[in-house]
Amino acid sequence: MSERGELEVSVPPGEALDLPPRPPARRITLNERRAQQVIATGGGDWAEVTARAHAAGDDELMVVNMGPQHPSTHGVLRLVLELRGEEVVSCQPVAGYLHTGIEKSAEYRTWIQGVTFVTRMDYLAPLFNETAYCLAVERLLDVEAPPRAQALRVLLMELNRIASHLVWIATTGMELGALSMMLYGFREREQILDILEEITGLRMNHAWVRPGGVSQDMPEGTDDKIRAFAREMRAKADEYEDLLTHNPIWMERTSGVARLEQERCIELGVTGPMLRAAGLAHDVRRAEPYCGYEQYDFEVPVAEGADAYSRYQVRVAEMRESLRIVEQVLESLPSGPIMHPDPKIGWPARLALGPDGLGNSPEHVRHIMGESMEALIYHFKMVTEGFKVPTGEVYVPVESPRGELGYHVVSDGGNLPYRVHVRDPSFVNLQAVPDMVVGGLVADVIAALASVDPVMGGVDR
Amino acid sequence: MQPPDAIQPVLTGLHERFPEAGVQVGGHRGEVTVELDRSHLVAVATWLRDHPAARFRLLSDLCGTDYPERPDRIAVDYHLYSLDHNMRLRLKVRVSVEDPHVPTVTAVWPTANWHEREVYDFFGVRFDGHPNLVRILMPEDWEGYPLRKDYPLGGVDVQYQDAHVPPPDTRRYKGGWTST
Repeated sequence: MSERGELEVSVPPGEALDLPPRPPARRITLNERRAQQVIATGGGDWAEVTARAHAAGDDELMVVNMGPQHPSTHGVLRLVLELRGEEVVSCQPVAGYLHTGIEKSAEYRTWIQGVTFVTRMDYLAPLFNETAYCLAVERLLDVEAPPRAQALRVLLMELNRIASHLVWIATTGMELGALSMMLYGFREREQILDILEEITGLRMNHAWVRPGGVSQDMPEGTDDKIRAFAREMRAKADEYEDLLTHNPIWMERTSGVARLEQERCIELGVTGPMLRAAGLAHDVRRAEPYCGYEQYDFEVPVAEGADAYSRYQVRVAEMRESLRIVEQVLESLPSGPIMHPDPKIGWPARLALGPDGLGNSPEHVRHIMGESMEALIYHFKMVTEGFKVPTGEVYVPVESPRGELGYHVVSDGGNLPYRVHVRDPSFVNLQAVPDMVVGGLVADVIAALASVDPVMGGVDR
Repeated sequence: MQPPDAIQPVLTGLHERFPEAGVQVGGHRGEVTVELDRSHLVAVATWLRDHPAARFRLLSDLCGTDYPERPDRIAVDYHLYSLDHNMRLRLKVRVSVEDPHVPTVTAVWPTANWHEREVYDFFGVRFDGHPNLVRILMPEDWEGYPLRKDYPLGGVDVQYQDAHVPPPDTRRYKGGWTST
């Protein structure tokens, strides 16, 4: 006998029987559910995940595993979704599939070698990682890079920002069914990568920004190429807006979707275009200028919608602002050295293309081998041992395409970093995904995730 | 170094409001560090978030560092940012590995959730009251806490012709690359 005094009968499935109305399942709040759920990165826990969902007492609930190999998870991100029909009841992101231990590895290489590690984290914004790391090292050393190096950093960072936003608009377009946008976005990004390759030698993972300056000066004629690109890119941005801004399908998929209000953004630490799309004009470039950003005239675009469409508007406007900064840098590019003059800090050699490939320039080799014993010693010390950095700890933020990218760097006075911690904006912003998708439709999960623009290389580090 | 003027009222207020919290103010390169006892962390954090002179509403970053030579070897740093006053502050709490307990600040700044999981993952700090304290980047059955200084980097000895290169974690430059 059950509590209600009715006889309990086992009913084979499919047979009709008048059952008393089921007592309403206690609705488990999202926080409670998150607290209960431990989802394994290693997988193999599917039976447990579904059993827990089943124990919530809701037969309508379906658990869907999205990722880690899903075309619209922007890399290896796993989302465990609980769905009631089309409605998302809960969402739990699982990260860690791309963990490479960069923070640990950086502790075993010299300060200069650290650049080659950090540039591989957020692979769509390598120059921001390099600059933030080098600014942190420079602050610990209490030195500043020369003005030309600072201006070149700004130039390349802004080009990089456009490239990153282009990848965002391309992939988001692809995921939401605007396939031409993908072709356009990658087409223009390729032009930027060509420019970056011409200056740094590499398309990605440049290791071009170094503590004390930059490794290579801009070659002759590249500034004209950048000017031509900036002119062309303005027209291209108009083209994107023609394609998307009033496109009914695009608006249907993005406007009102994945809302995250300003207050909640701040609570969750969300920065960058997501915060600006919620109406707060916060930009590290403006609030705490670095690399001489205060000299350049640019707007901080904001939108009020706090949804995926507003984030699109902000990012397109940011591309235009970046073009403005790029043009201003080219106009006002100071001459002079690109590396700190102190031979105990500045990397001495320039690279040059010789008959047997890329290497130290013949002038430098002649100088250290034939002319100056002192220069040879400095070169040798710098290449083998690097430099020592005074004891201390700093936190340096920069405005990356995804938000505040912060480097917490600790030195114990040695020639190796004691600790390098990266506050990657993707990592923090990804945490907001459940807030944006719960209560929405499953198709909007794609739009929400795309509007965050996470880069898993940065999330997992 | 003297802390920047804007933050001075906050530091004075902290001393007055929490005289028993063991607040120590330090500064380096213009950055202000406030070291305090873990038992007052949540109260201080709430005060810093809500007080009109402080308004540190954004927790930028939360991370750990291991100093094995100290008895309280794990330092947990909270990098706060005040959107209203455009200033930064670092809170620092130190714990030992024998008693690695720090109260969670997820109730003060919900963003701390993943950061605390990360610090737990890499340093083994237990954040008491955290809603879901499990590893976040390493596999959940991983043993040890990889970013502690006594955790080896790994890697293999390399022999190349007559040269011998030790694995990266034992490599130190002492007039030549040698093992420590």
